[in-house]
Amino acid sequence: MAVITITKLTKQFGGLIAIENLDIEVKEQSIHSVIGPNGAGKTTLFNCMTGFYRPEIGDIRLDDHSLVGLLPDQIVRHGIARTYQNIRLFPDLTAMENILVGMHSHLRSGYFGIVLGLPTTRKEEQKANEEALRLLKFVNLAGKGDLLAKNLPYGNQRRLEIARALATRPKVLCLDEPAAGMNPKESQDLMDFIRHLRDVLGITILLIEHQMRVVMGISEKVTVLDYGKKIAEGTPTEVQCDPRVIEAYLGRGSATQPCAA
Amino acid sequence: MLQRIRERLNPTDIVMWSIGGILLIMICWGSVATLVKGVYSTHHWIDFIIFGLAQGSVYALIAMGYTMVYGVLRMINFAHSEVFMSGPYTAYYFAAYFYRSGLLESHPVISMVLVFIISMATSTLIAYLLELIAYRPLRGAPRLVPLITAIGASFFLQYVFKGLYGSGFQAYPVVKALEGHLMVGPIRILKFQILVIVAAAILMVALYQFTQRTRLGKALRSVSEDKEASALMGIDVDRMISMTFMIGGAAAGAAGVLYAIMFKQVHFFMGFIPGIKAFTAAVLGGIGNIPGAMLGGIFLGLVESVGPSLFLDGLGIVAPYQLKDAIAFSLLVLVLIFRPTGILGERLAVKKA
Amino acid sequence: MNPALTQRFPGIRLGLIGGVSLVLLSLIGMVETFNQREIISDLISMGQTLLLLTAVFIAYLAAKRGREHGRAQVFGASITAGLIMAGMLTLLVLLGQAINMRQVFINASPVLFQILIFQQEELWAGIGLLLLAGALIGFSAALLCLLPHWLRRVITTGLCSVAGVGLLQDLIAPILSDWSLLADFTDLLFPGNGLSISGAVGLFIVVAALSALWSFRGQALQTRIKALPPQSRRGLNFAALLAGALVMLVLPQVLGLFLSEVMTIVGLYILLGLGLNIVVGFAGLLDLGYVAFFAIGSYTVAILTSPELGFFDWNFWQALPLAVLFGVLAGVILGVPVLKMRGDYLAIATLGFGEIIRIMVLSDFLRPWLGGAQGIGKIPKAAIGGFEFATPQEIYYLILAGCALVGFISWRLRDSRLGRAWMAVREDEDVAQAMGIELVATKLLAFATGAGFSALSGAIFATKLGSVYPHSFNVMISINILCVIIVGGMGSMPGVAVGAIALVGLPELLREFAEYRLLVYGAALMAMMLLRPEGLWPEATRQRELHEEEDAVRASKLAEGSAGPRS
Repeated sequence: MAVITITKLTKQFGGLIAIENLDIEVKEQSIHSVIGPNGAGKTTLFNCMTGFYRPEIGDIRLDDHSLVGLLPDQIVRHGIARTYQNIRLFPDLTAMENILVGMHSHLRSGYFGIVLGLPTTRKEEQKANEEALRLLKFVNLAGKGDLLAKNLPYGNQRRLEIARALATRPKVLCLDEPAAGMNPKESQDLMDFIRHLRDVLGITILLIEHQMRVVMGISEKVTVLDYGKKIAEGTPTEVQCDPRVIEAYLGRGSATQPCAA
Repeated sequence: MLQRIRERLNPTDIVMWSIGGILLIMICWGSVATLVKGVYSTHHWIDFIIFGLAQGSVYALIAMGYTMVYGVLRMINFAHSEVFMSGPYTAYYFAAYFYRSGLLESHPVISMVLVFIISMATSTLIAYLLELIAYRPLRGAPRLVPLITAIGASFFLQYVFKGLYGSGFQAYPVVKALEGHLMVGPIRILKFQILVIVAAAILMVALYQFTQRTRLGKALRSVSEDKEASALMGIDVDRMISMTFMIGGAAAGAAGVLYAIMFKQVHFFMGFIPGIKAFTAAVLGGIGNIPGAMLGGIFLGLVESVGPSLFLDGLGIVAPYQLKDAIAFSLLVLVLIFRPTGILGERLAVKKA
Repeated sequence: MNPALTQRFPGIRLGLIGGVSLVLLSLIGMVETFNQREIISDLISMGQTLLLLTAVFIAYLAAKRGREHGRAQVFGASITAGLIMAGMLTLLVLLGQAINMRQVFINASPVLFQILIFQQEELWAGIGLLLLAGALIGFSAALLCLLPHWLRRVITTGLCSVAGVGLLQDLIAPILSDWSLLADFTDLLFPGNGLSISGAVGLFIVVAALSALWSFRGQALQTRIKALPPQSRRGLNFAALLAGALVMLVLPQVLGLFLSEVMTIVGLYILLGLGLNIVVGFAGLLDLGYVAFFAIGSYTVAILTSPELGFFDWNFWQALPLAVLFGVLAGVILGVPVLKMRGDYLAIATLGFGEIIRIMVLSDFLRPWLGGAQGIGKIPKAAIGGFEFATPQEIYYLILAGCALVGFISWRLRDSRLGRAWMAVREDEDVAQAMGIELVATKLLAFATGAGFSALSGAIFATKLGSVYPHSFNVMISINILCVIIVGGMGSMPGVAVGAIALVGLPELLREFAEYRLLVYGAALMAMMLLRPEGLWPEATRQRELHEEEDAVRASKLAEGSAGPRS
């Protein structure tokens, strides 16, 4: 069952076609990767999906609901959350507050409830705090909740960003190069963590990644983009053997490497 | 289905467009009513237009500084109005000296050129110091920080000049050669208005040619396109930014003398209103766009001088000229709301995500 | 300037910068104006203190720069800087003797030059003294630089408190002499204009000793308070709060009429600042037209209550809710169109709106309703039962109540879902939106809340003054309030109070200062942004995790398995 269906998606910037006639189906509870060389349109795809860009042609559907033309805040309420290639936390808020901001759309307390300190508001805050603490623990940041986000080390910031995205209670989590700048050990941990996320929370994960080891290690399906077009799709092994992928993405020299299949 | 419609209909857009619609209807109605009433003769309208052109060319010259600085640093140089004020205020003392010594009478051209040079030099110096002391240390700071610094610098400079030169209005000496009027065909134009329009036009063309033709001008433009790439090409970015401020300052200094010739007085607070209006002009033309700033300035000048009589008189508003600043500010707000990219479109896109 | 030369002698560059600053301070008239107030009787005046502090600061910087080049350079650099600064003042004096600068620089008076040469009859003797003073300043700055950190702090604290007490003599002396016990002591401390020499020395010793004690024992005390169990710490906080509230309540009775008037002005600015703090500090929306809502509040009360216009005949309490409501409505109406703009455009658009409103109020067109340039007078005072809020001491309570209310609401909002949304928008608008925050609605709430608070202060302002004029609502007020919150610390509520006291209270006490108020505001804005963007009293980071320790224990039992939202 596809949770996300993208049909005939096209996005242009002036004369430049960033994405052209793209069709992607993302299966529910799968780990689906989108790869491609620099400038292939991967991040543009994320931006279209999360409402930052409005595509010219085509449709993006979450379950049966079209997302084209919606604002980012409406889309996140439908259940797509994302992280950013170059981490974009709220630097001067604490880790806890970052997560609590993620819960924004699930909290109901209104203006007067807040000012008057109504019991429902208090209870809700209390529960939100507890859930934020759980999420902190879930991403291994317990005890660091009161640190400002900008003071956390790089790896922690990555995980905090994921926690913040999870706080929106997404059906689909879009991770934009989560392993960027990590060493092999760290990216191995990250792979385990992503798999754990999916298994425990049952959400769908859409992944943009540069590190081939990460992509091949955890993806169930891989879509390869080049110049905004889909050039291949399939299981990691299938994609690895596709000559077009090898030429476009891995480079000509890689064609000589023995294929796993 | 209902939810889909609700999600896609944006209430703020509806409010905005209805405000715009109402204003447009009022403007049209007012104009038609004024013209039907026929209070003003053709001569009046021609006078309004020429005055608007003269005032507009001064705005255009000041707007140059806003637009160029915005182009390279993406910041509103709020203190530019004080750069504008500093030149003519300083030059006033020289003009007064020339007047007392009789030089202004015997050699009006030489003395006026000297006054221009002094004014431009002062404004250039102030602009240079402003960038060096207040803005340079803040490169890469969050967006609000340089803007607040600029607001601070603006008030600081105003009151430094107030402290130095006093708080009174100083009457600029009158040049005999600029009194009276000329007949251009059937149209009567005051002489000083001709000077203002011609001088502003020459300066603007020179400035535009400078940025388009010379090596330095090209370097300036490349810095405003992409600072990192320019630095890699061997352009000294800091020097170019300084240069931008200085050129904007020189234009403002010249504009200041023209302004003083038109309104015949200088004051430490004289920069504030023309400053905001020139900024309006820059936004009108599309900020970061030099020809746009010129067009925007002249357009604003015309609207301001023709507008009160044309739009408001017909609506039965008493003393419409009192509201001329309100018209300029309304224009600013409207442009910012409905077409923030300006008439000619700004060259800068907002970067997202 | 030759870069190699300034590399070798770090004092030269700083000396030149300092020299220009000192000459500027003299020429804009600050030195002469401030000279009427003596800090220490017959020894040093406020004008001289101003020059001295600037010079010592620059020389100290030079000494520090010199230290990077080795110990020997410390004295060299700072004495060079001191001499250059004195030299430039000397040049100014000589120039003033040679030509009459007053035609251009109105403040370059003979009185100024007399001050600069220490009132010496003989010009050259004065200049010699000036240069000697420069060298001495350099020398002492270098010594200060070489002292250990704690000793330096003790000395600077002592000197600053002497300067501060001397500065605020008009405030301190009358209060002290009210207590009969202290009257003799006051006479000893303030014999006439300024501190007595013995008083100054005594004060220095006492403060320095206290400061030294604190630097050795303070750390221990702080850790002891921190080590207290949460209950007693909370009790301590509560006690401090209670004591603070009590002091605030009796303050006007102690302070007398003039100081109460100053307090009401400061209080109004705190009220305004708390409102703008929500807009600028929390939500990061730079609103330069904030004064418009202040005007709307004032005019609503004026129109509804003043018999001069004769439309309505309401009392203050009936008009107040309507004033706030109109403020909020205006905030929403103006907010909807402008809040879609990016940050710097927003500032200019709101500035434009503020000016439009002022021009409209001033115009003849709306005169029958708004009174034009003459404004509206005869606004009745607020009254509860038979008690009328008429004198500053009474109005103080009105403003205090307003501040308490607004402070409470701000505090509640800050630690809520809404406050977090505002701060998220401030930090990164795009990401905030991607986290499910509706940008326009969220910003609008901030804008409207701020507008409501501003209108509330406007209403109080109208009844305090008894009349409203369009000139009370120019753009300077917006800038003043912006200064207050930036100097205090954006987003910080105690910061607003600190900012208002420093920027509004002090100038009211130091009348000479009034002329230079906006100059200092401008300089303060720049200096804060360049040197200390977080403000004097920065916003505290909220401790959520520690406070919730008990919850954490409970939560850990539920832990990972159920962490997920959709499991």
